[in-house]
Amino acid sequence: MEKLKYALFTGCTAKESTPEQMMSTLAVANKLGIELVELTEASCCGASHLQDYDDFLSLVLNARNIAYAEKHGLTMVTICNTCQLNTAMTKHRLDNNAELKAKVNAKLAEVGLEYKGTSQITHFLYAIIDDFGLDKIKEMVVKPLSQFNIAPFYGCHNIRPSELQNATHKSPENAYNPTSLDDLIIACGGANVDYAEKNKCCGFHAELQSPRTAAVLTGNAVAGAMDANADWMVTPCPLCHLKLDTQTHHASVAIGREVSLPVLHMQQMVGLALGCTPAELGLSHHVTKVDFI
Amino acid sequence: MDSLKTQQVTFKVFRFNEETDYLPYYNTYTLDVTHEEVVLDILNRIKWDHDGSLSYRRSCRHGICGVCAIKTNGKAVLACKTRLFDLIDIFGNEITIEPLSTKRAIKDLIIDKKDFWDKHAQAKPYLEADIDEHPAQENLVSPHDAEKLLEADYCIQCGACHYSCPSLEINEQYMGPAAFAAAYRFSADVRDDASIERLHIVNEEAQGVWDCVKCMECAEVCPKEVNPIEKITKLHNMIFEAAVAKNNVATRHAVGFAHSIEKHGLLDEGELVRYSEGNIGVLKHVPVALKMFAKGKIVLPWNMPKSDKLDEIKKLVKSSSTVKF
Repeated sequence: MEKLKYALFTGCTAKESTPEQMMSTLAVANKLGIELVELTEASCCGASHLQDYDDFLSLVLNARNIAYAEKHGLTMVTICNTCQLNTAMTKHRLDNNAELKAKVNAKLAEVGLEYKGTSQITHFLYAIIDDFGLDKIKEMVVKPLSQFNIAPFYGCHNIRPSELQNATHKSPENAYNPTSLDDLIIACGGANVDYAEKNKCCGFHAELQSPRTAAVLTGNAVAGAMDANADWMVTPCPLCHLKLDTQTHHASVAIGREVSLPVLHMQQMVGLALGCTPAELGLSHHVTKVDFI
Repeated sequence: MDSLKTQQVTFKVFRFNEETDYLPYYNTYTLDVTHEEVVLDILNRIKWDHDGSLSYRRSCRHGICGVCAIKTNGKAVLACKTRLFDLIDIFGNEITIEPLSTKRAIKDLIIDKKDFWDKHAQAKPYLEADIDEHPAQENLVSPHDAEKLLEADYCIQCGACHYSCPSLEINEQYMGPAAFAAAYRFSADVRDDASIERLHIVNEEAQGVWDCVKCMECAEVCPKEVNPIEKITKLHNMIFEAAVAKNNVATRHAVGFAHSIEKHGLLDEGELVRYSEGNIGVLKHVPVALKMFAKGKIVLPWNMPKSDKLDEIKKLVKSSSTVKF
């Protein structure tokens, strides 16, 4: 197989509050022989809030990020569900609206850039599943996670709206019964846990303006995984990770029940199965202790 | 022949009578279903062939009256529009049929939709305008102006999005996606004079658009492709454009992204929280911030990373900004 190569859009959390996500992405890419060219010029995607204030500015900035991936002639890979949604949604809107695309390009021309629409945009989870292949992952597993019940937590912005799933992925998954993360858990040798909250919201985006709503959603998610006998949770989204890992105290108070589980980034789970060390995967950066390694 | 193909499906059907039952229960039916059958056909077969007491709302059978919305394996659907074979593709051969909101069940699949209608009314879902009762000519809306309504006009008030919204499930004041789609529908209408009044209603904390958790479920679930969250975003934009936005944590949270991007390219997470909450409000985040700091999860201001080619970003933020706060 030809070596896989992507333009990596890290997003902001990988550089700030989830350093372990960046470490584990690079460690796993290295193990899998995937080359990642970091888009160091990229700005924040606006995290689904900038567009509430200024939709056009959000489009221009995201189009600029994509334009840099296009310059490399590479598919952009994201490691955050919300980066994925904002970037793929920008592409979807510009590719289907010539007038809007021209308006955005008029701005990008001021800095010598152009959005063409030539790069695809995919989340690292789907790059692993669609492009690298689960069968190959299975073959490469050296430390199967066979003693663990693992609860997948998909994160809204990878699976909804399905309009984007269909436009972005080779084998789009259904928002009401997603399977990609379950399949990846099984490929890593673990047992996937089924629970009602796996495709629900973690509450991250309302944390400041509606803290109780956000905390209840986090609490429900962890409680659902605990009640299904999960040993730990895994998520492809660093924003879900922040909620589930750092906010369990607020969540416990909000739902009136002590809830807490270790939560791994998708990359950390794959890394463990592939034999990466806990240090390479940044497991010490978690607030909820990863106590099973 | 494809149309003669059948599949065996086990249906678990929610049963509850608020006058006689303390708790709900489920009845199970195993039926052969055909390629053409929709969920409503199954409900009819159960009622007509097995248990005449099963209650559900049904009327137009053409996906336009909106009364037959229910949940199948947690997915809100119009019973009359949803083929069983499509559900089998997603969920397999065990289908659980429940009302849109189990806690609002009156009798089986029939719910009390009062909260939906109250919130819909709160959005003032009608045109407010001084109408000349004896106009000399028609009051025309150009196709360009009609397009501004987007798909908000297609809403059939079925409640699928309303009873799938996680924010609304927790915060009973929250008006919800259907009410917001209606608010947008009329505020975007060029004939309407109550746009500002409506924007004030949806701008209120707790009940208004700021409590949207951005889960995209309303866009996913809508059987008429209204895409309510797109209208919620439009309302946010209109709130800023019309200068109705208050200076509070929710508005500053949205605006803070623009400030941070202009300064660093990337988002300064700590500064966003401080700017949004204010110097006193931010104190409540200190306990979690300390735990995060101990684990190397907080970047101090002087170590804040910046995007390469920041001058480009600064230039674009200046030239492409369309609103002020």
